[in-house]
Amino acid sequence: MIHFIVHDENDSVGVIVVEGITAGDSLEGWIMDQQKDIQIQAKDDIPIGHKLAITDLAEDDTVIKYGTDIGRVVAPISIGEHVHVHNVKTKRW
Amino acid sequence: MSLDLSSATFMGYVRENGRIGVRNHVLILSVDDISNAAIQAVENNIKGTIAIPHPYGRLQFGADLELHFRTLIGTGSNPNVAAVVVVGIEEQWTQHVVDGIAATGKPVAGFGIEQHGDHDTIKRASAKAKEFVHWASTLQREERPISDLWVSTKCGESDTTSGLASNPAVGNMFDKLHPHDVTMVFGETTELTGGEHLVAARCKTPEIREKFQFMFDRYQDVVEAHKTSDLSDSQPTKGNIAGGLTTIEEKALGNIQKIGRTAPVDGVLDKAEEPTGPGLWFMDSSSAAAEMVTLCAAAGFTVHMFTTGQGNVVGHPILPVIKTCANPRTVRTMGEHIDSDISGLLRKEMTMDDAGDALIEMTLATASGRLTAAEVLGHREFVLTRLYESA
Repeated sequence: MIHFIVHDENDSVGVIVVEGITAGDSLEGWIMDQQKDIQIQAKDDIPIGHKLAITDLAEDDTVIKYGTDIGRVVAPISIGEHVHVHNVKTKRW
Repeated sequence: MSLDLSSATFMGYVRENGRIGVRNHVLILSVDDISNAAIQAVENNIKGTIAIPHPYGRLQFGADLELHFRTLIGTGSNPNVAAVVVVGIEEQWTQHVVDGIAATGKPVAGFGIEQHGDHDTIKRASAKAKEFVHWASTLQREERPISDLWVSTKCGESDTTSGLASNPAVGNMFDKLHPHDVTMVFGETTELTGGEHLVAARCKTPEIREKFQFMFDRYQDVVEAHKTSDLSDSQPTKGNIAGGLTTIEEKALGNIQKIGRTAPVDGVLDKAEEPTGPGLWFMDSSSAAAEMVTLCAAAGFTVHMFTTGQGNVVGHPILPVIKTCANPRTVRTMGEHIDSDISGLLRKEMTMDDAGDALIEMTLATASGRLTAAEVLGHREFVLTRLYESA
């Protein structure tokens, strides 16, 4: 069973595609563009559709999704943690 | 791929100007806010009509007035409409809308309320509407090639499943339809922010690219002039954020999946402007669902493919809005709004090719007469885009 999907292997995040993920769960992931499997342990409760880090990220790092810049890190994030508006902001406007 | 599109057809209504409609509405259109009571009375009197009330049309001027007229005339001219009764407070602006619609050759009649009052206007407009309904009800659908289809797209209440699954499924559909001379449009100008370079790179010629960049920059200037923050309170929306989208860049990159991977951007349109040939068009437009769908209908599009993540429920009075969704929770909780469930993509039970084919099949079925969830549920949102204050 797939718990999360990653667009590209160089992305920094994946998307949770099932409901009910809680901290400590062992997650099976699928990298679409390269057709690869990946395993990560969730460090937070993460709702369906929300992102998890698949790499460690430091403050001011750029978050990559679809192989493209989607914003900057405003609080350190470690692999398996929930990535959202509390730790990432837009670079636009 | 399993679908053979070279021989694919749908059943549509051939209009006087050669365009093909997928619905057969008799429209009761108001020119302005204060004519709404009259058009709603006509709709109530004459079964088989549809009234489009709206809150504007007085003291507008310049480009904003031009857009108002272009939207009303475009809506009446849409081939999904068989005939139109136009009602306005004043004769002159009413006649302007009537003349614009009459250029298509379809039956249209106008009624000014001034010096007549509501009662007399409603009586005369109802008589004309009744005549139009009898006539329209005798029209028959005919088999037509898919090159007669005009398909618009937009995503709403998007979440990360939109960018992962439902938007790329539309992209797969658009890539397949493009070689068959279907006319297609996407828009949502501010929702390209962060991915505008990807759209620019797809523009067919330097002239088209320059026009796209002009439209994109013009909208960014509006945001810059009026914003009080970085727009994180509205773009992404609260629904987008609840669905897991964090920034406008992430939302934009998901949005852009709808234009597929191979089809070029063949042209650029201003708001409610009609395309001049087949292919993939970009139309400058708001990202608000009902506004954008209203502009697509006014530009002449006859079927709309709408993707949602968290569950947008929008519809339109004359443009059938097909909903597709890949979020299994939304499909479970809001199933009555979803025409095409493609959540199997996220479970690897369905390929992107399967999903693209499913959307093409739903589009052809809708074009041939299948009512969409939004139509059956009575969603008739009609929202005029305003450029600035009235005089």
